[in-house]
Amino acid sequence: MLEIKDLSVQYGKQAPTIEHFQLSMKKGEIISVVGESGSGKTTVIRAILGALAGGGKVTSGDILFEGKSLLNNSKDEWRALRGTRISMIFQDCGGTLNPIRKIGSQYVEYIRAHGSQSKQEAWQLGVSMLQKMRLPDAENIMNSFPHQLSGGMRQRVGIAMAMTFQPQLLLADEPTSALDVTTQAQIVRQMMELRDNFGTGIIIVTHNLGVASYMADQLIVMQYGKIVDQGTREDVMSHPTNEYTKRLLAAVPEMEGERFV
Amino acid sequence: MFKEEEMILRTDHIVKQFPVSGGRILTACDDINLNVYRGKTLGIVGESGCGKSTFVRMVISLDKPTSGEILYHGRNIVNFSKKEIWENRQNMQMVFQDPLASFNPKMKILDILTEPLMNFGRLKRSERRAKAKELLEMVELPADFMDRYPNNMSGGQRQRVSIARALSLEPEILICDEATSALDVSIQKSVIELLVRLQREKEISMIFICHDLALIQSFAHQIAVMYLGHIVEVLPGEDVAKHALHPYTQALVGAQFSIHMDPSQKIESIESEAPSPLDVPKGCPFQNRCDYCTEQCKSQKQILRKVSEGHEVACCHVTDNR
Repeated sequence: MLEIKDLSVQYGKQAPTIEHFQLSMKKGEIISVVGESGSGKTTVIRAILGALAGGGKVTSGDILFEGKSLLNNSKDEWRALRGTRISMIFQDCGGTLNPIRKIGSQYVEYIRAHGSQSKQEAWQLGVSMLQKMRLPDAENIMNSFPHQLSGGMRQRVGIAMAMTFQPQLLLADEPTSALDVTTQAQIVRQMMELRDNFGTGIIIVTHNLGVASYMADQLIVMQYGKIVDQGTREDVMSHPTNEYTKRLLAAVPEMEGERFV
Repeated sequence: MFKEEEMILRTDHIVKQFPVSGGRILTACDDINLNVYRGKTLGIVGESGCGKSTFVRMVISLDKPTSGEILYHGRNIVNFSKKEIWENRQNMQMVFQDPLASFNPKMKILDILTEPLMNFGRLKRSERRAKAKELLEMVELPADFMDRYPNNMSGGQRQRVSIARALSLEPEILICDEATSALDVSIQKSVIELLVRLQREKEISMIFICHDLALIQSFAHQIAVMYLGHIVEVLPGEDVAKHALHPYTQALVGAQFSIHMDPSQKIESIESEAPSPLDVPKGCPFQNRCDYCTEQCKSQKQILRKVSEGHEVACCHVTDNR
């Protein structure tokens, strides 16, 4: 479904931020990209969405989505793709909502920008998506402002919006990093359910190795913009070949693991 | 495990309330009783907004409790005068989550490191470089770092400098508020190893706030679990994984992701969210998310009871049901 071939990305005249990135993904697969800060994880998924921040450009390689290259898409082609067939969720979805408009009005606008629903239909669709994310009292949430919801609830609203059109590909950039552990567990479980119900392929970028390995079919470990380890969950977690991966895994604190005192 | 005479700090029925709009009152800390022992680490875990940071801010005299006493070597530090608070700062120091925000960006590392000692008149101007070198070596940084500015260093190096600065006064208690949360895992590990080594060498007591249960249980001697301003369980660090008794602690343990876990196994977690700290329910604060909740939990305040040596739980079902 998605194939990335030998991708390199450069910001301005700096040294390349990512080099020779390879990935191939089947329908309904979950790929985790892990690495420490500054390793180029976020740049990868921004490149897929064609949303590289200021001055970033793909210098070599190709990104193929369902057989078609994404690199030379026109603005209209991107509009047709983003939000419907490829969606993204961010670390803080609440930050992407307009703080002075109610969730319902933003949600209806989003649905109507991509589909041909009437306002009532769009409202109903919004409510049903919020219910699928197990948000209590969805009508009430539609009538709330973003600041009236907790961080975990806002994150769920963001995921519900991203999943509205049942995209083939969901890009998730640190979706649980700002949340408490109990909320994190709920969100992870719901993202897995979305995959099972809708067959959505997910690329999740995270620095939490526990979450990454729990969700992943395929794991990619990055360091300094390069892939240092790539393979199935089993390969990378149980038989890491790379020194950096071994070091990273050894540093993860574990319940009943190494004790320092 | 903990000897009574080794206890250096005790908080006694600490309550902190903040007035909020509409004449309501937010109780950030409700009846906190904790002990800090010499050379031991007290870890405090809990989710955001549960009052962990408010509690340590009171311990270090940045805030005053609404009621209750904080006894440091038997002296109540709550009613200290400004001068006494200032002098007492030499005994307690703090490391913050974001070192960059706690450093003056226009000061060199040399000045940052020696300012506390100069402030208390414990260092001569001519001895500054030698002292800075000694402090940098203590935290395993090269001596030439003293001529750098904070923005020329990585996050892990900056956190080492803030540890060195906090320890320059040779405090008895070191308070770390999420000191490693902003760091990558491999750097986090090296900072923890450093703290544990320094603790052993200098017999420092630590209060360590952390939201990562797996991390804190790896080096804390005792762990206090906080929920909505209440301490719900206090237990030895090595018991968390196996012997946690309070339903909330068990939920925290169940929600941990591990790199060795079986992906086919469903992750356990409690549904729903914590109530707003503005209307904490009467009785047990955890009642609306707890599977074992009964009428008794809704009407009666749960108080910490000792279940074994060094292990206290605030749950009435602990001995009855399980």
